[in-house]
Amino acid sequence: MYSHLLLAADGSSNATRAAIAAANLISAMPECRVEVLYVIDPAKVKDEVLHAQNHEEIEYNRRQKLMPVQEELEKRHITYHITMINGEPGSAIVEYADQHEVDLIVIGSRGLNTLREFVLGSVSHNVVKRAHCPVMIIK
Amino acid sequence: MSAIKTEWLSNVKGDILAGIVVALALIPEAIAFSIIAGVDPMVGLYASFCIAVITAFIGGRPGMISAATGAMALLMVPLVKEHGVQYLLAATILTGVIQMVFGVCKVAKLMKFIPRAVMIGFVNALAILIFMAQVPHFVGISISTYLFVIATLIIVYVLPRFFKAVPAPLIAIIALTAVAIWGKVDIGTVGELGAITQALPSFLIPHVPFSWETLQIIFPYSISLAIVGLVESLLTASIVDDMTATESNKNREARGQGIANCITGFFGGMAGCAMIGQSVINVKSGGRGRLSTLVAGIFLMFLILVLGGLVVQIPMPVLAGIMIMVAIGTFDWSSFSYVRKAPKSDVIVMLTTVVVVVITDNLSIGVIVGVVLSAIFFAAKISRIHVEHDSINEADESINQDVVYRVKGQLFFASVEGFVDAFDYEVTNAKIVLDFTDAHIWDDSGVGAVDKAIIKFRAGGNDVLVRGLNDSSERMIHQLAVYRDPNAGLKSH
Repeated sequence: MYSHLLLAADGSSNATRAAIAAANLISAMPECRVEVLYVIDPAKVKDEVLHAQNHEEIEYNRRQKLMPVQEELEKRHITYHITMINGEPGSAIVEYADQHEVDLIVIGSRGLNTLREFVLGSVSHNVVKRAHCPVMIIK
Repeated sequence: MSAIKTEWLSNVKGDILAGIVVALALIPEAIAFSIIAGVDPMVGLYASFCIAVITAFIGGRPGMISAATGAMALLMVPLVKEHGVQYLLAATILTGVIQMVFGVCKVAKLMKFIPRAVMIGFVNALAILIFMAQVPHFVGISISTYLFVIATLIIVYVLPRFFKAVPAPLIAIIALTAVAIWGKVDIGTVGELGAITQALPSFLIPHVPFSWETLQIIFPYSISLAIVGLVESLLTASIVDDMTATESNKNREARGQGIANCITGFFGGMAGCAMIGQSVINVKSGGRGRLSTLVAGIFLMFLILVLGGLVVQIPMPVLAGIMIMVAIGTFDWSSFSYVRKAPKSDVIVMLTTVVVVVITDNLSIGVIVGVVLSAIFFAAKISRIHVEHDSINEADESINQDVVYRVKGQLFFASVEGFVDAFDYEVTNAKIVLDFTDAHIWDDSGVGAVDKAIIKFRAGGNDVLVRGLNDSSERMIHQLAVYRDPNAGLKSH
């Protein structure tokens, strides 16, 4: 069905939910390449650098964030690989998908209300609006 | 040669656009930081121009923005108040010299000894001081002052949701300055606090007596400025490294900061350093190379030459509002969860750093106290030594039996006391085993403590066996211990 699935993950519980849903889907298409994408948000880099003693610890903390997603995929014996890129989450996901011939993006939604979405902005809406391939939003 | 080409020309369009955005965002900050320091806005603007241009060429981190900063401005306040701006310029030159020496001595390596708790405390204290410096500019002045602050905050926080091309603080300044001028609002302006000269900076030697006394006045300030400047610059460099997934030369950056400050002092600018907020803006706007920093500096100067006359009309509460935004952006908001989750000693170090800075108004003292305190905590933690004791027959201690003591931890000058006191010397005529498998002996004091314990046991007619020493501990014991001499007594210690 799909040949290259991109699972966007940020370490939140929404991302874990998305991983569970993606795992169900992938089980039905064993040929599909699975890529877990973590976008390093420039707005959060200051906090991440400040709260780590050195570069190795920053990387370790990021890997740690992806553990729940990895567990869900491993539970279902799914082979995947992890990619980390820098950029504004919404546009970075879309750009990466365009460049790497991704044919399905799976992403969790925070389920923000109108006001909070206005203030914080919605990554998933952003991706849906601008992606050139099917996007699956997990609520 | 090819490295120079990549650092300068690999991202020309992105660098020029980002540099322009940064220049627009820098102007309000450079003016506001001058006002914090108590000098004319030109001192901060010249500093921002000189430092940005110089670090573009000789800094260690392409794409990082250095200019006049709040952290440095806050340190200068007493110097400017007591001795005036000429002493500040002299102190700026000396700061540069100290930083160059630091750079040559590869001081960047020492950064790893500054614990993150101290760095978190540093940014939080900086945010608090920047905020507090604004309070006199808007509290209890007039209703219209409050309204201008609120309007500024609304513009800087809401506008970027819709429109990102021009930095929101600059839009707030332009819009609200226009409102103040045309509405004839009676409100404090930048002009009341200093003058703007529409001229390029020129070379001058600070008007201070070249004497031992002058050095005594400026040296404490220069050393504080040098430390704080490097701490913030190297933190910013790490942030830019991470945002761009590239590496940078930290020692070159330290040296570059030094050269920049040194030259800036001769051109009428105040000491500065790298700016976290502006560097993030630069990278987010697409700036990656040295060209972005150069464009930021040059475009800033260009704007002042063209529009300088308008700068004096900027309402003070608008600048105060922008500085409140800077303070909010500087503060580490995850500190609240950090206080709950981090180890207690780290939390104490972080809070102590903040409190010391707020009391002394001096970021460098906070950093030093924080580092010393965390070193003490570390020593206390590592000097805890455990001695576990299993005896084969607890009930009857008078007859010959095996008593095994397992020593766990680091045995050195700070932990020997706990070690010697951990044994029960009441035992007599027993066979005692000291097991050092999980221990390491580091120094003479450690060896001395082992001696002391063994000789005390021997005094009770016990037979003592030492085992499990690792190679380096074994070597120390071999060279220094006296217990191997069966006649050794306590007197020898």
